[in-house]
Amino acid sequence: MTKDFIRGLWKENPVFVQVLGMCPTLAVTTKALFGLSMGLATTFVVVSSSVVISVIRKCVPEQVRIPMFTVVIATFVTVADYMLKANFFEISKALGPYIPLIVVNCVILGRAEAFASKHNVMRSFLDALGMGVGFTCALVVLGAVREILGGGTLFGYRVMWEGFTSWIIMILPAGAFITLGLLVGAFNMADKRMKEK
Amino acid sequence: MIQELIIILIAASITNNFVLTYFLGICPFIGVSNKIDSAVGLGMATTFVMTMAAAVTWIIYHRILVPFNLVFLQYVAFIIVIASLVQFVEMFIRKTAPALYRTLGIFLPLITTNCAILGLTLFMVLRKYSFPEAIVFGLGAGIGFTLALVIMAGIREELRFADIPEPLKGTGITLLIAGMLALAFMGFGGIISGQ
Repeated sequence: MTKDFIRGLWKENPVFVQVLGMCPTLAVTTKALFGLSMGLATTFVVVSSSVVISVIRKCVPEQVRIPMFTVVIATFVTVADYMLKANFFEISKALGPYIPLIVVNCVILGRAEAFASKHNVMRSFLDALGMGVGFTCALVVLGAVREILGGGTLFGYRVMWEGFTSWIIMILPAGAFITLGLLVGAFNMADKRMKEK
Repeated sequence: MIQELIIILIAASITNNFVLTYFLGICPFIGVSNKIDSAVGLGMATTFVMTMAAAVTWIIYHRILVPFNLVFLQYVAFIIVIASLVQFVEMFIRKTAPALYRTLGIFLPLITTNCAILGLTLFMVLRKYSFPEAIVFGLGAGIGFTLALVIMAGIREELRFADIPEPLKGTGITLLIAGMLALAFMGFGGIISGQ
């Protein structure tokens, strides 16, 4: 049972290992806070849709399962979008169209197809939660690196010394690609070290 | 009018390239960009679906969802439109041009989950484009996607013989190259003022 949960955190981390859901990962992580919000919204969607899909898995015909899954996911994304708009308007404005784009986040459809459509509700719930938390962690790390180097702050608090020159490139699209590329490299290195031990 | 359309076309394909500025369509960008041939195939199929999707979702949004006050259904409606459009295009090509189908065949179903297409329809609504503008926007976005994909495939073909550090092989180096490409594309930023 716990295995289902832990798998998403490291061994099958959606961002670093499976390289899924790249578009929100790269687009919204200019600040750690945005990464966290996007991660939590995605976690909500992946957990709720996995549970629903796991419940209905036996009455969905094989041929129409992908459209069915997509509609379930789109429904929960609409819920998440409206919740964010009502409670955290500033964040919702900053994330813009990337919240609705959770619909096509391959992490979610991937979990629905690979896990929730074959396993019971409890295991699907844990698996989705693990994936969501793993995704959120990756986004927060990426957001933190970019925010510290790009603006000298972390979650809005100043962490770098006075007179620190911000690396503007980190906030631009190019910085997102380069940071994530290096992080994936670092992750692979750490993973290899751990396996050798 | 014509001038505005040209600006939208250039903005969508080069200065605000979908892949390198908005990070839309990264999955195929990393997954399929191994060979130039398949990159061109996927790019063409995606451009076609994007242009069609822009037109169809524009009609659905402005003629059905807005008049009947159903805007909250837009995500569900758009994703269904895109999925059925891809299915339809696949069937159409299979019937009319089997040769083309064999070249594109495997890439077609992949297009549904390409976030560039849903992203395109969302941006279209957000920026309140008119019908011709929406079509040109779809076309431009498709051209931009193809361009990025083909350039990437070209670089990766060369990269096969390069000596890359072990942990960076595969995804890592692809992302680093994408970063450099994004930097290069920033150089086009000055073409259009006020974008």
